[in-house]
Amino acid sequence: MRDELFCSLFYITVVTVLGISGIDMAHKAKNHSSPSSPEPASLQVEDVSANSNGPKTAEILIDDDQDDLFAEATEEVSLDSPEREPILSDGPSPAITPVTPTALISNRIEPKVIGVPSMFERSLDEVEEEAGGDLFDINISVSDPEKVGDGMNAYMAYKVTTKTSLTIFNQSEFSVKRRFSDFLGLHSKLASKYMHIGYIVPPAPEKSIVGMTKVKVGKEDLSSTEFVEKRRSALERYLMRTVKHPTLIQDPDVIQFLESSELPRAVSTQALSGAGILRMVNKAADAVNKMTIKMNESDAWFEEKQQQFENLDQQLRKLHASVEALVCHRKELSVNTASFARSAAMLGNSEDHTALSRALSQLAEVEEKIDQLHQEQAYADFYLFSELLGDYVRLITAVKGVFDQRMKTWSKWQDAQVMLQKKREAEAKLHLANKPDKLQQAKDEIKEEIEEWEGKVQQGERDFEQISKTIRKEVGRFEKERVKDFKVVIIKYLESLVHTQQQLIKYWEAFLPEAKAIA
Amino acid sequence: MRVYKVLKKIIHLGAKGLARSVSVDLNNDASLLIDIPDALCERDKVKFTVHTKTTLGTFQKPEFSVSRQHEDFIWLHDTLVETEEYAGLIIPPAPPKPDFESPREKMHKLGEGEASMTKEEYAKMKQELEAEYLAVFKKTVQVHEIFLQRLSSHPVFSKDRNFQIFLEYDQDLSVRRKNAKEMFGGFFKNMVKTADEVLISGTKEVDEFFDQEKTFLLDYFSKIKDATSKAEKMTRSHKNVADDYIHVSATLNSLSAEDSTPLKHLEKLADLFEKLRKVEGRVASDQELKLTELLRYYMRDIQAAKDLLYRRARALADYENANKALDKARLKSKDVAQAQQHQQQCLQKFDTLSESGKKELTSFKGRRVLAFRKNLIEMAELEIKHAKSNMALLQGCVELLKSN
Repeated sequence: MRDELFCSLFYITVVTVLGISGIDMAHKAKNHSSPSSPEPASLQVEDVSANSNGPKTAEILIDDDQDDLFAEATEEVSLDSPEREPILSDGPSPAITPVTPTALISNRIEPKVIGVPSMFERSLDEVEEEAGGDLFDINISVSDPEKVGDGMNAYMAYKVTTKTSLTIFNQSEFSVKRRFSDFLGLHSKLASKYMHIGYIVPPAPEKSIVGMTKVKVGKEDLSSTEFVEKRRSALERYLMRTVKHPTLIQDPDVIQFLESSELPRAVSTQALSGAGILRMVNKAADAVNKMTIKMNESDAWFEEKQQQFENLDQQLRKLHASVEALVCHRKELSVNTASFARSAAMLGNSEDHTALSRALSQLAEVEEKIDQLHQEQAYADFYLFSELLGDYVRLITAVKGVFDQRMKTWSKWQDAQVMLQKKREAEAKLHLANKPDKLQQAKDEIKEEIEEWEGKVQQGERDFEQISKTIRKEVGRFEKERVKDFKVVIIKYLESLVHTQQQLIKYWEAFLPEAKAIA
Repeated sequence: MRVYKVLKKIIHLGAKGLARSVSVDLNNDASLLIDIPDALCERDKVKFTVHTKTTLGTFQKPEFSVSRQHEDFIWLHDTLVETEEYAGLIIPPAPPKPDFESPREKMHKLGEGEASMTKEEYAKMKQELEAEYLAVFKKTVQVHEIFLQRLSSHPVFSKDRNFQIFLEYDQDLSVRRKNAKEMFGGFFKNMVKTADEVLISGTKEVDEFFDQEKTFLLDYFSKIKDATSKAEKMTRSHKNVADDYIHVSATLNSLSAEDSTPLKHLEKLADLFEKLRKVEGRVASDQELKLTELLRYYMRDIQAAKDLLYRRARALADYENANKALDKARLKSKDVAQAQQHQQQCLQKFDTLSESGKKELTSFKGRRVLAFRKNLIEMAELEIKHAKSNMALLQGCVELLKSN
């Protein structure tokens, strides 16, 4: 573990050095991503130099051990070492992200670079164990939606309460106020940090301009209340899924989101912001790339899984549509039952036979209670069953995205190989030509370039192996979680159906003597 | 029309269910027993087999069957309405025309959506549709049967000559049925009826009994009409929910078939929804039979009672006119005897009408109260039964899932 931290630290510093000297080359190397992609790969170095100031002080130590460093760097880096990831994230929230890694790294920038505080190591292990095992004790609730402000600038503030025994948090119970764009901001950060290396980041709830506008404008009607409740529930599920992930829960952005009372506004989540437009451009570029990259899949597991997820996606969407229809019809049933109840009451009033009149009024009351029951059942249909399916449809999109990332990583690796080949060919040509003076300089340059590309090829291969490994682990975890999740929610849903039937029995059994009393 | 081919076979139906529900004490007089044991559905026409068993000498044979169409029933009803002697009686309401519109529309939609469903799903939907066709079919048979049974169990109607012809005449009745001219006459009659409504709401009622009945029936009719349409909507929503369960079950099945991970409980869930939808479907159809059909039937019956009131009101108007004519004749001293006789006739007619009307309306109320009681009890019992079986299914599945 220590060695790995050591390696990753040195690796980062090397990369920084290369970055400082070779930014132009890095630009040329990026033929498969758009120039200003916010999504940093391990080779994109500008962000690193921009954000962190720690590694520079370590420059002095590098040169001697460069070869050793690379040799060791082919070892697997721990997937859960947090200090690597924060550095690589770009910063929609620049205020926070660099601080933590700098602090971590400055812990270790001592004369003895190898001196990693063992206490820190242990707590990482503990957290991972806690996260994976039964001691995973964290519960998040999103509650108390409150409207803040007026008119089109108004927004809903939600209270996010965390109850946990995990040691990565300062307290065992605490709450903060967050708005919807904060959640989107969190997701954006996590996605940019983790998706490209193969982690399945739970997607955030979707925006809804129509829904939100109604709330802003101040319509206090049923549909805007329902909208807020739907959103509140979705945000809660989103956070719970995020913290259940053993890696994500340790991310400083997540911890900060849950703990700190002030959070810088995530402006880049707005649809029409610069970052928003960038996202759209990137999405388009990705779609084009997906079509042009033809990967030689050497691993049957990935092919199988991709097919599996395609099928699952289709089926879940269909099921989701069926359940949505069910919700709609049940709501209709509730409305029609209420309408009938009123009509039956009128009929009872009109009836001149006393006992029958009373029975009809009782019937009206029963039907009124039943319409309430149907409405509650429709809510259960929606919030338990339908939303579960909707969440998983979105999650599977994230899974598919991660598979695509692997393809991209592969593609980058291939491109680096092509470049290396070109450089080697160029070198060979130079050797054949015979112009001594200019040649030496050119030869040196080419030699440097070849070394650089050799490094990139090796890095590309490493990245590819790494992402493949991560994806396998993530998919395994996802499948387990899915089975558990479905089981829990389905049982809850069935129990709601049971409750409805129990109530029906109660109501009709109360009515029966009334009907029998008609004489 | 594949589904029609299914229904073309002769379906045996017994005289149960609706018959005994909407009107008690029908068909227990052995001297004249009528039922509709079979029916045939050909395109849009339903052909009923009317079977009669009798000990009365007025009929040629003790047991016989004839084939009748819906229009024949309407003809019989209209001749009864037009018979003067029956003016003081509540004429049993004519059975409504067989209406396959709803299942036909559904079948059309099913045909259109076939591509988007799995084979099993389509088969189940088709099954549901066939069941619905069958239900509509059964209902129309029973409602025609009740009409005949009310006539046969009535001391006056059972002796009606046209009724006898209807039961016995072994040829096609279409010769005797309405032609276009008469149908126009029927339309005209409805217009007169509206005028009658104005008439009886305007006429001052001296008799307290009739006064109360008038107020009650007018109000009750509008309320029951509303309740019927709301009940129809409610039942239809219930059927939609049951149908949705089919789709959910089918997709869960495909999911569990394709899913390689151990999600065995998806299969159980699919199975559960399949069973649930059958129960829900039964809840919907029982509700329709016990509640919606009950309301529908009595809505028509109350209209028939109202018609009796109209006829009585017209008789009263006639009597009052005759009185005025008599006074005029006395003044002019011309045709006094004639006028007097006419006035006497009108009075007599009005009195007979009032007397038999009172009897009819009283027994009608008794019938109605009993029918409501029976149906409401049965509906409540069926709801409890279905809810209990739903609960058993659900709890079974929950146990199964929890134990895994």
